[in-house]
Amino acid sequence: MNDSNNRDSRQAAQPQPSRTIGRRGLLRLLGVGALSIAPFAFASTAIRSALGGNQTRSMGEVARTPDGRIRQWAMVIDLRYCDGCQSVDRPPQCTAACIEGHFAPEPMEWIEVYEGDLPGGGSQFIPTPCQQCQNPPCVNVCPVAATFSTPEGTVLIDQDRCIGCRICMAACPYDRRFFNWADPPVPPEAHLAHYDPEHQVPARKGTVMKCDLCPDMGRAGVLPYCVQGCPNHAVYYGDLEEDIASNGKNVVSLSRFIAQNQAYNLKEDLGTKPRVYYIAGHGEAVGRDVFKKGRMPTRWPWERLVEGARKWKR
Amino acid sequence: MTAVRGRLEDRALAVMSAPGKGYLLVVGILCAIVAWGVYAYSVQFRDGLVVTGLRDRILWGFYMSNFVFVIGISYGGTLMSAVLRVTSADWRRPITRLAEMVAVIALCIGAIFPIIDIGRPDRFLNVFIYGRWQSPIIWDIIAIFTYLVFSFLYLFLLMIPDMAILRDRYAGGNSRWRHELYKFLAIGWNDSPRQKKLLGWSSMAMAIIIIPVAVSVHSVLAFVFSMTLREGWNSTILGPFFVAGAVYSGVAAIIIVTAVVRKAYHLEEFITKQHIVYLGYFLGALSLVMIYANVAEYLTVGYKLQGEAAFNLTQLTRGQLAPFFWFYIIGGLLLPGVIILIPWTRNVWGIVLASVLVVLAMGAERYYIIVSALRVPQMPYEASVYAPTWVEISVVVGSFALFGLLVAVFLKLFPIISIWEVAEQHEPPSEDQSESPLLVQRILGGGGS
Repeated sequence: MNDSNNRDSRQAAQPQPSRTIGRRGLLRLLGVGALSIAPFAFASTAIRSALGGNQTRSMGEVARTPDGRIRQWAMVIDLRYCDGCQSVDRPPQCTAACIEGHFAPEPMEWIEVYEGDLPGGGSQFIPTPCQQCQNPPCVNVCPVAATFSTPEGTVLIDQDRCIGCRICMAACPYDRRFFNWADPPVPPEAHLAHYDPEHQVPARKGTVMKCDLCPDMGRAGVLPYCVQGCPNHAVYYGDLEEDIASNGKNVVSLSRFIAQNQAYNLKEDLGTKPRVYYIAGHGEAVGRDVFKKGRMPTRWPWERLVEGARKWKR
Repeated sequence: MTAVRGRLEDRALAVMSAPGKGYLLVVGILCAIVAWGVYAYSVQFRDGLVVTGLRDRILWGFYMSNFVFVIGISYGGTLMSAVLRVTSADWRRPITRLAEMVAVIALCIGAIFPIIDIGRPDRFLNVFIYGRWQSPIIWDIIAIFTYLVFSFLYLFLLMIPDMAILRDRYAGGNSRWRHELYKFLAIGWNDSPRQKKLLGWSSMAMAIIIIPVAVSVHSVLAFVFSMTLREGWNSTILGPFFVAGAVYSGVAAIIIVTAVVRKAYHLEEFITKQHIVYLGYFLGALSLVMIYANVAEYLTVGYKLQGEAAFNLTQLTRGQLAPFFWFYIIGGLLLPGVIILIPWTRNVWGIVLASVLVVLAMGAERYYIIVSALRVPQMPYEASVYAPTWVEISVVVGSFALFGLLVAVFLKLFPIISIWEVAEQHEPPSEDQSESPLLVQRILGGGGS
């Protein structure tokens, strides 16, 4: 029944093809329609090559171990040694050092010291930089590849490409991304810096920023600002590939250090695979009383220089 | 020409006659509001998004919620028109043009919001230069552009015979530019059986194609949110949930626009009370779908009350966002359903009231869905508070005024009732069954009898 119908319509259609459009005609039409959008798949590539340059800006060559393997930057934060800088009676010094080194605009704390509750009462301090996920939700959602994973395992942002849609901030489960809601309140000397995704100075209006794990410093053989700033040497920075890390005082075998201290990742259940590891604790190694709550608020040293600039709160 | 057709043309074309005082007043007010919105946006463009209430934690708000809301209304318009056409519901004829118009105009308005919301509108073209297929934002842009093309075509296709009627009406030379415009838009329509057949076929094909297109558009819109790990968004039901809500608000918006146009231009003969009641039934059925979807969503989450869900449900039912949530549940889902259920409130006024409630409630729902998920703390910090500033409110109100303005312009340029379709219904059926259900079967390749 069906077949004969189709045959009839085909025979009828042949002398006057425009009168009826059968199933085949429709499929052909849909096929042509689908093909007509195919050029769009190549359009953006064509535009990019015409504009010359597919690459985001990046400072140097990929960092390698002496035998040529690509370095895999990582960080370990030993919470046993973190007391939120209560003992030195100052704002968290990792945050302060990071802000000074990067001219991070107020109110951005790329490494922010959160105070979490302990199950048995009392609190712990958790310095939280960008977790440098190996399965980064933020990179997945970026519409323009302004945020990207590097071969060294870091996640960077190109503020010259970012369109400021903020979907990466919505995607980040660690609240580690910050937006320049206005012209960022930074001191004049920030504008002398050479901008690079590995060294995001100066900040740009309407774009997203975050901790970059300082691969430029690692490559130069210098520890990041936060590691240098910590008075208790709670922060280790190193390379998983060469299996070495340092807090500025000791040098440890990174994998062994992680394994022996039962280090964990924040929100491991999400499967984001962070490169920042934590060793459980609440400042006990530096004699912190867990029931002494609160830390000093972070300050931006150039407050006087940016008077009158439009500021915002988090 | 039958008497009905003559009256129909007179009535429908009277809408397009020289504007009266009331019309000019409305247009003037709308222009002023749009201008205010443009000024507010210029402030935002100069100073940055700092002039909004948005901050690092609640990073999307009123703009994004209205983006979802307005696109939803557009989607409802198209879907309703297409579904009624595919099912050959004859009562659809006087109102489909209205629905298609609402769809196209709302879509144009909705598509502006993401550009308003981004921090670097000057770099918007990066989306085309560096676009990544992996990003839900790119899916969104592709979906909206596709849908824009389809809904424009769908609206235009079904206007062609009317354009020919207008072309012939203005042939006398009393308005040269109108004649030229309609001549251009009629693309040589001469009412031949072959043209009618082609139009019948293509409009049906468009109606069939546009349904999955519209469903996918609003699902993709939801994916922008549900591709993240946020409590409240991280849900498999969010796509269908957004689609259901979109149809719900879209049908309500069409009821309101239909009732306003009907009243303002005395089209009661063609858009009868029965039409509004039928649309009301549609709305009532959708309210049941929405109630079901909400039960499915909140019962499964609330029963287990996993981690962050406790915070989210508390802020919705008892906290900061409770007014929005309860207005939506009671005023937006239960009350409209009851109004349509009870026979003595099931009249034009009752159904319009129900529709207004639905539109407001869906606006509230889009708002709390976006804000509540962003408000749930990700790390140990105090939950933020968000309220739109005067800039955000002005821009959004301005864009709604632009919607009204475009509707007003459309009314003066094109017949708001599809003359040829309504006339076709009043005329004795011809040999040519261009819109019989058989045609659907023929297109889909099913076995005809």
